[in-house]
Amino acid sequence: MTVLANESIAARRAAVPIELARGRGGGGPAPIRVVVAYGFWIFLLSDIVMFAALFATYAVLSGNTAGGPSGLELFNLRSVFIETTCLLVSSYTCGLGALSAERRRPTTFLIFAALTFVLGAAFLFIEVSEFAGMVRAGAGPWRSGFLSAFFTLVGTHGAHVTAGLIWLVYLAAQVVVKGLRPAVLRRLLCWSLFWHALDIVWVSVLTLVYLMGAR
Amino acid sequence: MLGRLTWAAIPFNEPLPLLSGAVVVIVILGVLALIAVKGWAPYLWREWITSVDHKRIGGMYVLLGLLMLLRGFADAIMMRTQQAIAVGNAQGYLPPDHYDQIFSAHGVIMIFFVAMPLVIGLMNFVVPLQLGVRDVAFPRLNAVSFWLTASGALLINLSLVIGNFARTTWWNYPPLSELAFSPDVGVDYYLWSIQISGIGTLLTGVNFVTTILKLRAPGMTYFRMPVFCWTALATNMMIVAVFPILTATFGMLLLDRYLGMHFFTNGAGGNPMMYVNLFWAWGHPEVYILILPAFGVYSEVIATFSGKGLFSYRSMVLATLGICILSMMVWLHHFFTMGAGADVNAVFGIMSSIIGVPTGVKVFNWLFTMYRGKVVFTTPVLYTVGFMVTFVIGGLTGVLLAVPPVDFELHNSAFLVAHFHNVIIGGVLYGALAGYNYWFPKAFGFTLDERWGKASFWCWLIGFYLAFTPLYVLGLMGMTRRLQHIADPSWQPLLLVAELGAVVIFAGILCQIVQLYVSIRTREQRRDLTGDPWNGRTLEWATSSPPPAYNFAVLPRVETLDAFWQMKQTGQVSRERTYEAIKMPHNSAIGVVTAFFATITGFALIWHIWWIAILGILAAVVAMLFSGWSDEREREVTATEISEMERAARA
Repeated sequence: MTVLANESIAARRAAVPIELARGRGGGGPAPIRVVVAYGFWIFLLSDIVMFAALFATYAVLSGNTAGGPSGLELFNLRSVFIETTCLLVSSYTCGLGALSAERRRPTTFLIFAALTFVLGAAFLFIEVSEFAGMVRAGAGPWRSGFLSAFFTLVGTHGAHVTAGLIWLVYLAAQVVVKGLRPAVLRRLLCWSLFWHALDIVWVSVLTLVYLMGAR
Repeated sequence: MLGRLTWAAIPFNEPLPLLSGAVVVIVILGVLALIAVKGWAPYLWREWITSVDHKRIGGMYVLLGLLMLLRGFADAIMMRTQQAIAVGNAQGYLPPDHYDQIFSAHGVIMIFFVAMPLVIGLMNFVVPLQLGVRDVAFPRLNAVSFWLTASGALLINLSLVIGNFARTTWWNYPPLSELAFSPDVGVDYYLWSIQISGIGTLLTGVNFVTTILKLRAPGMTYFRMPVFCWTALATNMMIVAVFPILTATFGMLLLDRYLGMHFFTNGAGGNPMMYVNLFWAWGHPEVYILILPAFGVYSEVIATFSGKGLFSYRSMVLATLGICILSMMVWLHHFFTMGAGADVNAVFGIMSSIIGVPTGVKVFNWLFTMYRGKVVFTTPVLYTVGFMVTFVIGGLTGVLLAVPPVDFELHNSAFLVAHFHNVIIGGVLYGALAGYNYWFPKAFGFTLDERWGKASFWCWLIGFYLAFTPLYVLGLMGMTRRLQHIADPSWQPLLLVAELGAVVIFAGILCQIVQLYVSIRTREQRRDLTGDPWNGRTLEWATSSPPPAYNFAVLPRVETLDAFWQMKQTGQVSRERTYEAIKMPHNSAIGVVTAFFATITGFALIWHIWWIAILGILAAVVAMLFSGWSDEREREVTATEISEMERAARA
């Protein structure tokens, strides 16, 4: 076997134009920021599949009230509207926060993070009061198949929002202690993807559960 | 204080589980004592338990799968023996309650803790090497995945001596699995062990999709990836697409059982058939999650040992992706008898037959690869040829079962049992064993003994036919599955043949253990010094055996399919002299710590010990926050270190 000298290997490298190779996925390992964000995207897809299973279940069970209250009797679209507004606006502030983080402005980022947190917490507060009111009225998740599916679907989204809020506080602490260094920026990117994905799920919840259920 | 857990949980009145449990505990204590006496603990902690190296993690997965194979096989031979002797007036030695636990545990263990760890272990070890890169995308996450799988396996084995296991079959259908009909811990053991290991599997899927799509050696375009990487990509995409369904479904059943909800109950608006649909929306893709990597192994093995490239690589890739998509459109064939109506059943019957087409394409490709090749009949090749014959038979009985009117006759019969063992043993298990024999020298630096390997193969092949051909016949004679007692004595002769088959398979397993022992004892004579013992074609053979932690001192540049073969042909298997520093991830205890808390939390939830469950979850969150804080996750291996290691490997 011939051992090639370094020069001829370099020549061989030049023979494969990287630009051409990249178009077919031959450009070599991607940079870490791309890998992390891409991996998180894939994870979010799996999370959305889980929600899809819960949505399908809700669709099957939504009419099975077993003599208990239906959505029409339970849902209060006014509070759902406020709830939705809080969450959608929090996505906007989250986006502004991400932009200021990209521009390495920690103070602006922290202000937007605080706004996002307050809006997310308000959303959760409204949701929890809605749940508590339903349970007090005798419409808890154990009442009927419809209510089991309702509490589980909406509650799983709420649990995600809770996790997102804890994660946000944790990342804000990292920004304060360590500043906006690349590792922290990557985590912020994942968090903002997560927060936006929760919005997408919520829009489906709003449509399928509340708007169609309150007709 | 301890919830439902009392001394009554230990089955003192049942000698069988107690005895086998005691043996396992003694073996574990013996191994621990050996580790303590020999002072191996620091080595194991440093090199294996906290390792984030994909090769080490892959090795641990395969070891877990092989150990659990022993447990699952013990269940199998107990069932075969019971059916062979409990005929007519005889009642056999297993009471119905115990027998039901055994067939449930057998299915769960073989699917989740044997087949899955074996294929995931092979993918872990091989994929980064074949892609010509240094590790998977998220090495620490990979360790978490493995340890969560191990945690699930531990929980399921605890049920042997503490409490009991589910009697609800491996699908755990409601309403039987609801609290009203299964009030004790059996179903909870089932649910929590699969939930915990399922999270591990999902994270593996995320990790490998990212690795294969984003981390490949320079020049490795999609159509230069080895077929095993393609099958791994398809498998992991399916994991990402369907494991969340399983998690959601089991989550709903848990809510029914723990909070009194009504997803799958008979009354109050629940719908048990929804569980069946959701379960198989995961369950059917799952069988392809298992078989596709095995197809990948056969493709690598047959190309290498025929000394020529795989026939029609592109059609192989397309067939793989076709199966990946079609596998999600056939789930209803698992319950044609649900009563969905003739039109729905017809659609799913036709789809199920269509999925045989890409599989047929693959079989012809393997045959044409062998045609006019210089085939060397090593153990992996024997498994491949054995697979081709066996799997075609299993596939044909599958197509038969896909015809709804036939299925109405044969569903729930021994015929069905024979069919899926035919494809899972003849497909997945042969593939895993072929891969084990094929890549062992790469992993440990010495080849496995061929004589014992071939003996093991013949036992597995003959044993399989002896054990399962009678079940086809019995199924046609009307024998249903899961019988604890056989009323019709005319079935006994065939059941005795099946028992003999299980004994022959047992001999095959013993041969494998001997093979490993003999190979380790004679390892000095069977060293693989070249790194390429089989004259391989793909990049894993381009590095030394075993590979260094960083896999490749310099990332290979890929110019064609079968990159290493082409490098050998053009004489550019170079040992480059100039090295650059490499960043390698630090060891991390996060995997084993997470799994520790997951096990404790799972156990506490099963036994309703709420305070421990809450503490366990809090501890897991703290561990996650703690580990998510650090930025220093990599250390640099300097160019000098690399050149020294490379020189040592070549010497």
